[in-house]
Amino acid sequence: MDLLRSIGITEIVFQLMLVNAILGLSIYLTLYTGMFSLANAGFMAIGAYVGVVLTQNYDLPLWAALIGGMIAAGIVAVPIGLPVLRLRDIYLAIATIGFGEVVRILILNFDTLASSISGESVQLTRGALGITGIPKITETWQLLLFLVVTVYILVRLHRSRFGRAMAAIRQDEQAAATMGINVVYIKNTVFIFSAILAASAGVLKAHLTRTISPGDYGFDQVVNILAFAVLGGTSTWLGPIVGGFVLTALPEILREFKQYRGIVNGVILLVVIVYLPGGLVNINGWKRLWRRIRGQPSVIERIQQNTRSG
Amino acid sequence: MLELKKVSRLFGGLQALHQVDMRVPEGRIVGLIGPNGAGKTTLINNISGLDHPTSGTIHFEGREIHNLPPHRITGLGIARTYQNIRLFGEMTVLENLLISQHGRGRATVFDSLVFTPRFRAEERRLKNVALQLLERFQLGGMAHLLAGNLPYGDQRRLEMARALATGPKLLLLDEPTAGMNPIETEQLGQQILRLRDEQLTVLVIEHDMSLIHQVCDEIYVLNFGQIIAHGAPDVIKHNPQVIEAYLGQEEDTELESERERS
Repeated sequence: MDLLRSIGITEIVFQLMLVNAILGLSIYLTLYTGMFSLANAGFMAIGAYVGVVLTQNYDLPLWAALIGGMIAAGIVAVPIGLPVLRLRDIYLAIATIGFGEVVRILILNFDTLASSISGESVQLTRGALGITGIPKITETWQLLLFLVVTVYILVRLHRSRFGRAMAAIRQDEQAAATMGINVVYIKNTVFIFSAILAASAGVLKAHLTRTISPGDYGFDQVVNILAFAVLGGTSTWLGPIVGGFVLTALPEILREFKQYRGIVNGVILLVVIVYLPGGLVNINGWKRLWRRIRGQPSVIERIQQNTRSG
Repeated sequence: MLELKKVSRLFGGLQALHQVDMRVPEGRIVGLIGPNGAGKTTLINNISGLDHPTSGTIHFEGREIHNLPPHRITGLGIARTYQNIRLFGEMTVLENLLISQHGRGRATVFDSLVFTPRFRAEERRLKNVALQLLERFQLGGMAHLLAGNLPYGDQRRLEMARALATGPKLLLLDEPTAGMNPIETEQLGQQILRLRDEQLTVLVIEHDMSLIHQVCDEIYVLNFGQIIAHGAPDVIKHNPQVIEAYLGQEEDTELESERERS
């Protein structure tokens, strides 16, 4: 533990690593099903605000807030998913970014809106300033437990009929449909699961960082979440977890570099993306890199050499 | 069993199918031939629900199916293969066959989470069906190889095994022998005949006339989206319109099929 602390990984950093791993898994679910959805920050915001209102205004315990936030996000995900998931690729990405912005702006203006409708002064989300003074009640063991349970569910999911259908849709949606898979149903269900997972991370994180404001859940946050999954790799569930860990810990470890920290951080990420395109958790990527370092030609290069000489 | 009435499909101004009438009787092998671009694949897409007719009706066992989504049609008992092999290449051969039994399974994610007896029994059952199909299509030792890494001929056979794993009553084969040599084609013909002996109905799109003559009970000829002839293989062979549209331009069609493949 002392060793970890000496390189900058304090308890709060470790807790945030766990939260970000959960966020990485939430986007991994949709990516694994072939959906380029970026709605996660929006659902995270819904979870965070609903959760905080439940613990602060209604004095409920954390677990109740967690369930409340997850249900709220799940309910919102249904009417969003049905129309939006007809879109694909970059169009889906843009539509879901739009959703995130709508959520952010609604939260920003919620008090004003609610006050003008009800006629009395409402103070719930507190606009751009956000909610402060939230007690830090999320504990490390709770985060660990939550992550372990999530991973167990994912592992079992992959071994089920449903999980196989997810992978089939990613690889060839039409072929999957003619193999008897209800593509619309699977996509929407996965979207809801992903929303629920993002919301749970939102609730847990809000009770760690002690303040939340609409700005925490903007486009930056979406890009971060996507980076966890891309850096770690999306071929297995381990990828987004490693990605979330690395991207959270790295800035802390690089504290020594003071003002150059951002540059060093960026360079490391760039190197990983260029040399390990499949992400950190991808055996084939490491093998390819190893061959490159040792100067062995790849299979394709060998064939090219043979055809040139022969 | 399958009945198409005045099926038309327009893509903008292009009439891909025009008033197609067609019947596939139960227990028969029906061939569908025609030059490239005649609309054969469009027709199969319309039957399997990937595309829907602009007008006309399609009935399967008395049920209207032309507005159903593909997975419902598969559930009713129509399976298909693709001309340009569309296996799930990143998955193993076995997984490909498990996926295509999706509609026959009932276990939920919850069953998988807590290993209910239902989940275990079902997984065992699906796996057995898959292994039997592998045996039958000479893919026995390949269950754990990635489908995308199989040699071409094996991929073709796996594509057919995968369609059969959905448990169909009617099988649509879209150019099953594309790229096969004469011996492989002959073997595939034997497989198709065996399917009919097991009470399966087959609609086969083909370029290879030897296969058509080997297996088909009757043939429809499609040209420019219209059925121009229908009858027994021997009759069709001597139909002057067919010879002109299809057989008479063999060199052209070969060129075209080359282009299509590349």
